[in-house]
Amino acid sequence: MRLIDAQAKEEGYPIVRVLRDDGTLDPALDPRLTSDEVVEIYRCLVLTRVLDKRLTALQRQGRIGFHVGSLGEEAAIIGATYAIRETDWIFPCYREFGSALMRGLSLQKFIDNMFGNANDTVKGRQMPDHYTCREKCFGSISSPVGTQITHAMGFAWGAKIDKKDVATLAFFGDGATSTPEFHSALNMAGVFKVPTIFFCRNNGWAISTPTERQTASATFAQKAEAYGVPGVRVDGNDLFAVIAVVRQALERAKCGQGPTLVEALTYRMGGHSTSDDPDRYRESDQLAPWAAMDPVERVRRYLESRGRWNQANEDRLIEEVDSRFKRAVAVAETTEPPSLESMFDDVYGELPWHLVEQREELVRGPRAPKSH
Amino acid sequence: MPQMNMVQAINDALRIAMRRDRKVVVLGEDVGKVGGVFRVTSGLCEEFGSERVIDTPLTENGIIGAAVGMALYGMVPVPEIQFADFVWPAYEQIVNELSKYRYRSGGEYSAGMVIRMPVGGGIKGGHYHSQHPEAHFVCIPGLKVVVPSNAHDAKGLLLASIEDPDPVIFFEPKRVYRAAKGEVPAGEYTVPLSKAAVARPGRDVTVLTYGAMLYEALDAATRAEKHGVGAEVIDLRTLWPVDIETITESVKKTGRVVVVHEAPRTGGFAAELITLVCEKAFFHLEAPPTRVTGFDTPFPYTLETEYMPLSHRILPALLAAAESG
Repeated sequence: MRLIDAQAKEEGYPIVRVLRDDGTLDPALDPRLTSDEVVEIYRCLVLTRVLDKRLTALQRQGRIGFHVGSLGEEAAIIGATYAIRETDWIFPCYREFGSALMRGLSLQKFIDNMFGNANDTVKGRQMPDHYTCREKCFGSISSPVGTQITHAMGFAWGAKIDKKDVATLAFFGDGATSTPEFHSALNMAGVFKVPTIFFCRNNGWAISTPTERQTASATFAQKAEAYGVPGVRVDGNDLFAVIAVVRQALERAKCGQGPTLVEALTYRMGGHSTSDDPDRYRESDQLAPWAAMDPVERVRRYLESRGRWNQANEDRLIEEVDSRFKRAVAVAETTEPPSLESMFDDVYGELPWHLVEQREELVRGPRAPKSH
Repeated sequence: MPQMNMVQAINDALRIAMRRDRKVVVLGEDVGKVGGVFRVTSGLCEEFGSERVIDTPLTENGIIGAAVGMALYGMVPVPEIQFADFVWPAYEQIVNELSKYRYRSGGEYSAGMVIRMPVGGGIKGGHYHSQHPEAHFVCIPGLKVVVPSNAHDAKGLLLASIEDPDPVIFFEPKRVYRAAKGEVPAGEYTVPLSKAAVARPGRDVTVLTYGAMLYEALDAATRAEKHGVGAEVIDLRTLWPVDIETITESVKKTGRVVVVHEAPRTGGFAAELITLVCEKAFFHLEAPPTRVTGFDTPFPYTLETEYMPLSHRILPALLAAAESG
């Protein structure tokens, strides 16, 4: 069955679901994963969720400065990442560390970034959760919202001009649909048939701003229509549906049909970040219906009902994640901070005279008092 | 040697760059079929096709954002902003993304490109076709800023900028696009970035300027000679990183310095240049450094020649500098 086509317009924008309440998959849309594949993906979901909790605890203990998590959005993030090829490029927002880990960013490198130490891939220059991993076709992370959307589009456009079979996946939240880049990128991608998958995690919130303050449109998917681009809504808490939809978007990209906007309906079960207090703007009873649709639990039940997972597996996996996490933290926490001199590297290809002078000034000058 | 104006010289540089490297792409509003509103990209679309010389929708934010993505892929984009006055929707992409991409990715990525923009007043363009916003770019770490004043330099600096691994803001002084004619070597050559040129040697006072105001400064210097004042006029060519050696050499010789630029005075690039002169050569100064600039108003339409720091305003500043102290 085609999920992305003109039909969607006439039917409104129905939400694509594959995993039914009874635990079976809609045979028409089933992405036909083997049980081993589902177990592999499930391990990534659990890894992401457990790390989220542990990193939040680490922040509360004052050992890292910040964390921005993906609690409740794991299936959208992991599913979309799984659905594309390893040679397709990902341009993330700041909420997709699960995607980076799935792609192959090492846990140690990720945790090094959380501590901003000398081994951090971005050399301690950015806040936590702003890692990068070029060797795994994973972009660099910016805090301003939406700016990566045009990069994903431009990258795929470059590949298209270069006659290379490369698609890009842009992750962004519902808030980003209000930025100039969302408009610029969808518009240009439509005109030039650029092979980009625009993946909107509609998690209900942009910090404290609910979706109804973000747009008067009934859906985010329908915004695509104005750009001459297909839009599709998918249950973002349904791993199988996310994979099915993103695979179809990738097929469109590969055969020259251009971009697709995917709106994945999910829910931000935590705060915007560890700096946020969602109790100030959100009633706790709003979480219950989404908790019942928990994306990780749904996959677990699917596997359990097929005899491919049990409590012992679960306990062992969490134990394994915890032990890897503890080791990585122990190493990261005792790794030196980046050198003073490194502050001046990578601003330019070669160090210009004024940075040579300023580096000397810093190195020779007094050291800042030790902060917390 | 062929005679060219600046428009032809820049066009020639783009053609050379596109012929030798198929990764070079030009994108912007009206750059394709019509060859740009100033015809700088004329004929490129015919030679290289509309895939590499791209007429884009009207979106500066999108043009630069797309160019960043193309550069990350490995293309060498040369986007055009139709007038520098229209760059602001792209400022977010330039400041927060383009200039920081290598740094923030720990050196994993880089996004070299050349953003061309016609700049400056004197064409009866009012507020929105006359501004000279270099001060908003020289203060951004990671960017290089270039302003050629003549056809020879425009071609050589553009080819050097395209080869450079860093993002370059390439301002083209449109007032002299066609007036600045001169001999331009055929084929490939570069004018190195961060090297100023002494456009006119002199012993009494140093004038630091760039772009279209070079000609006003040279005119004022010729007239100052009649008053017995020998002005050394330095064409900075690259504003950042600036050629500090040529500046300090000259100031140590003359002991006097006047900076001339079209942009508004407060927070203008003259403030940085004068500070640098004070830091590097204060005890060689024999007179207070001064600046002749646009006023701190929006760029006016009818009174543009009164607003701009043309030679009639530069001359008294040169004479005052020579007499002062």
